[in-house]
Amino acid sequence: MNIVVLVKQVPDTNSERRLTDSDHTLDRASADVVLDEINERAVEEALRLQEAHGGEVTVVTMGPDSATDALRKALSMGADKAVHLSDAALHGSDAVQTARALAKVIGTVEGVDLVLAGNEATDGRMGAVPAMVAEVLGLPALTHARKVEVDGSTVRVERETDEGVAFVEAALPALVSVGEKINEPRYPSFKGIMAAKKKPVTTLGLADAGIDAAEVGLANAATTVVEAAPKPPRSGGQKVEDAGDGGVRIAEFLAAQKLI
Amino acid sequence: MGAPVIDRQLPTDDAAALLDLTRDLATRELAPRAAEAERTGEFPRELFRTLGRAGLLGLPYPEEYGGSGQPYEVYLQVVEELARAWLAVGLGVSVHTLSCHGLASFGTEEQKRRWLPDMLGGELLGAYCLSEPHCGSDAAALRTRAERQPDGDYLVTGTKAWITHGGVADFCTLLARTGGEGAKGISAFLVEAGTPGMVAAPAERKMGMKSSVTAQVVFDRARVAEQRRIGAEGEGFGVAMAALDAGRLGIAACAVGLAQAALDVAVEYAGERTAFGRPIGDFQGVSFLLADAAAGVEASRQLYLAAARRKDAGRPYATQAAMAKLVATDTCMKVTTDMVQVLGGAGYVEDYPVERYMREAKVLQIVEGTNQIQRLVIGRALLDR
Ligand SMILES: Cc1cc2nc3c(=O)[nH]c(=O)nc-3n(C[C@H](O)[C@H](O)[C@H](O)COP(=O)(O)OP(=O)(O)OC[C@H]3O[C@@H](n4cnc5c(N)ncnc54)[C@H](O)[C@@H]3O)c2cc1C
Ligand SMILES: Cc1cc2nc3c(=O)[nH]c(=O)nc-3n(C[C@H](O)[C@H](O)[C@H](O)COP(=O)(O)OP(=O)(O)OC[C@H]3O[C@@H](n4cnc5c(N)ncnc54)[C@H](O)[C@@H]3O)c2cc1C
Repeated sequence: MNIVVLVKQVPDTNSERRLTDSDHTLDRASADVVLDEINERAVEEALRLQEAHGGEVTVVTMGPDSATDALRKALSMGADKAVHLSDAALHGSDAVQTARALAKVIGTVEGVDLVLAGNEATDGRMGAVPAMVAEVLGLPALTHARKVEVDGSTVRVERETDEGVAFVEAALPALVSVGEKINEPRYPSFKGIMAAKKKPVTTLGLADAGIDAAEVGLANAATTVVEAAPKPPRSGGQKVEDAGDGGVRIAEFLAAQKLI
Repeated sequence: MGAPVIDRQLPTDDAAALLDLTRDLATRELAPRAAEAERTGEFPRELFRTLGRAGLLGLPYPEEYGGSGQPYEVYLQVVEELARAWLAVGLGVSVHTLSCHGLASFGTEEQKRRWLPDMLGGELLGAYCLSEPHCGSDAAALRTRAERQPDGDYLVTGTKAWITHGGVADFCTLLARTGGEGAKGISAFLVEAGTPGMVAAPAERKMGMKSSVTAQVVFDRARVAEQRRIGAEGEGFGVAMAALDAGRLGIAACAVGLAQAALDVAVEYAGERTAFGRPIGDFQGVSFLLADAAAGVEASRQLYLAAARRKDAGRPYATQAAMAKLVATDTCMKVTTDMVQVLGGAGYVEDYPVERYMREAKVLQIVEGTNQIQRLVIGRALLDR
C-alpha cells in the first residue's frame, strides 16, 4: 500500500508567532520552524500502516526552501521519499490554491492508495486543506480520525468531533486526516537521521508539477487579509476577595458567564 | 524556558544532529519527569527503551554490531546532556555502555556476532558486576568464585555489591575468580539475567539518585556457559580495568552535566531575585560564585574531551581519564554546593532542584573508583610504579 502524507512546516508553537507588516502573511523568517506536530502523528500513522501492509510512504510539502527540514524530519522517522513543491510564486496562497497545488503534486506520485494529512495546521488553522484536496482528486475524505484501519481495499476510521464518534469507511484510494489523539509519534533514531540524508527528495517548481502560475499566490487568492493587529494584552480580570462568601460569589460569577 | 543550548564543537554534521536529538529527548522525556521520579525512587525502565530506540544505548560501538560508530568525544557529550536533565538516566546510559565494553573490546568474533547486536539494540539494559561487600577500591581482592565444571561450564558463587541496575538489567559483565589470589586469578563473563541461581537483593536506599537502582546481586551456583567467558581465564582484571578507564570518562561527563544543570538554575535565579533593591546577580559576591562555577564546568568539560580525543585517536588515556573523573566530580561537588548558596533558603528546599543536585553530586566522587583511587592512579603514573 502506497501512502502519501501531506506535511507542513509551521512556526514552533513555543516561539512567538507574528505576521509580516508588508503583506500580512506569516513571518516565517523570524520564527523557529518545525514539522507540525499533527503531521508527525500523520507520518507515524503512515509508518504503522506500512509496517502492517507494506508499500512506500512518500511525504509531500508545499513551502519555502527551508521546508526541506520538515521533510528530513519525516524521512528520519522512517518515510521512504519526499516531494517538495517550492516556488516563489506560491507565496501567500490561500487554502483553495494550496489544495489544488497539493493535488497536482500527489498526481506525480505513482500508485497512491491513501493520502494522510493532519486535520488542522497549527498556524493557518483552516482545517480545510485535506477535504479540499480530496475534492480536487475525487477521493472520499475521512476527516478527524482518531483511529485508522486498512482491511484489503477498505479503510475504516473512527471519526471524533465535538458531536461524538462516528464509524466511517471508504474504498481505497481515499484521503484521511488525523486528529491529536491518533497516536504518539516516535522520535527519529540517530540511524534514521543518518539514513534520511540519503533518501530521495524531489523538488518541483510550478511548471514541473503542471501548475499554472496565474492560479496561485497572494495576488490570485480568493481571500485577503486586509488588516492584522496583535491581540490586546489581557486586562486584569475580576478579583473576588473572600470575606466568608467567596465560594458563593465565584459560583455566581461562573453562572453569570454561563460556565456552570 | 528550557536550558540554554551549549555551543559545542562537534566533529561532524551527524554529531550535531545527534546532539539535537538528545536535547529534544532530554527536554521532552527526561526533564519533566526527573524531580518526581527522584522523589518516588521509581526506576524509569521505559525511558531507557525510548532512548534505546533512538539509538542512544550503543553509540560508541561499531556499526557492524549494531552500534553507531560514534567517537567518545561525541558519545560523552550525549551523556552530559542526558545527565544535565536527569543524572540517574545519564549515569544509567554510561553504566550500560560500560557493561558492553568487555565483550566489544575482548570478545571473539563469534561472541560479538552472537550477543552484541542485542546488547546495543536498545531494548536491553546492562550492568557491571565488579564491587563486593568487602572490597570496592581493592577490586582485585574479589571473592566471587567461578568453578570450572567437567563439562567446561562454570558455577558462580558469591555476592556483588552496589550494582547499578542490579535486578533490572537484562545482562551483566561479571568479574569472578577462576584461579588463585590477586588480579591474575580473575576472569570476565557475560551473564544473562534470569540465570538460575542469580538473584538481586532489595535495592539500597540512597542519599540521592534514588531513581537509579543500586542493589547487591547474589550468585549461588549459577551456571554460566564456557562460551560466555570474555577473554582467557585470568585476563578478567584487564577487561575490568579497560572498561573502567572508559567508564570514568562517562562519570566525568555526568558530573559536567549535573554541574551545568545547577549553574543553569542559579543563573536564572540570580537574574530575578532581588535584595537591597537590585537583582542579587548584580552583587559581585554572587556573580563571582557563578563565574567560578562556569569556569570550573568548562574546564572539566574540556578535560574529559581532551581525554576522549586521546582515546579516539588510539593513544593511551587512562591517566587523563582519571584526571578528568577527579577534576570533574570534585568540581561538580563544589559547584552544586555553591549553587545552593546562590539560592539562599530557596536552595535548601525541595521546590528547587539544587539541593537534589548537591546530594546527587556526592555519588560521583565515589563510583567507578573513588577520587582517592583516581589520585592513586595518577600518582602511580607520575612515579611510574
Ligand atoms: C499568517 C497567515 C496569513 C494568511 N493569509 C492568507 C491570505 O491572505 N489569503 C488566504 O486566502 N489565506 C491566507 N492564509 C491561509 C493560508 O493560505 C493557509 O494556511 C494555507 O492555505 C493552508 O491552510 P492551513 O495551513 O490552515 O491548512 P489546514 O487545512 O489547517 O491543514 C490541514 C492539513 O493539510 C495539510 N497541509 C496544509 N497545508 C499544507 C502545505 N502547504 N503542504 C503540505 N500539506 C499541507 C497538512 O497535512 C495539514 O496538517 C493565511 C494563513 C496564515 C497563517
Ligand atoms: C550508587 C552507587 C553505584 C555503584 N555502581 C556500581 C556498579 O554498577 N558496579 C560496581 O562494580 N560497583 C558499583 N559501585 C561501587 C563503587 O565502585 C564502590 O563503592 C567504590 O569503588 C568504593 O568502594 P567501597 O565502597 O568498597 O569503599 P572502600 O574501598 O571501602 O573505601 C572506603 C574509603 O577508603 C578510601 N580508600 C580505599 N583504599 C584507599 C587507598 N589505597 N588510598 C586512599 N584511600 C583509600 C576510599 O577512597 C574511601 O574513601 C557503586 C557504588 C554506588 C554508591
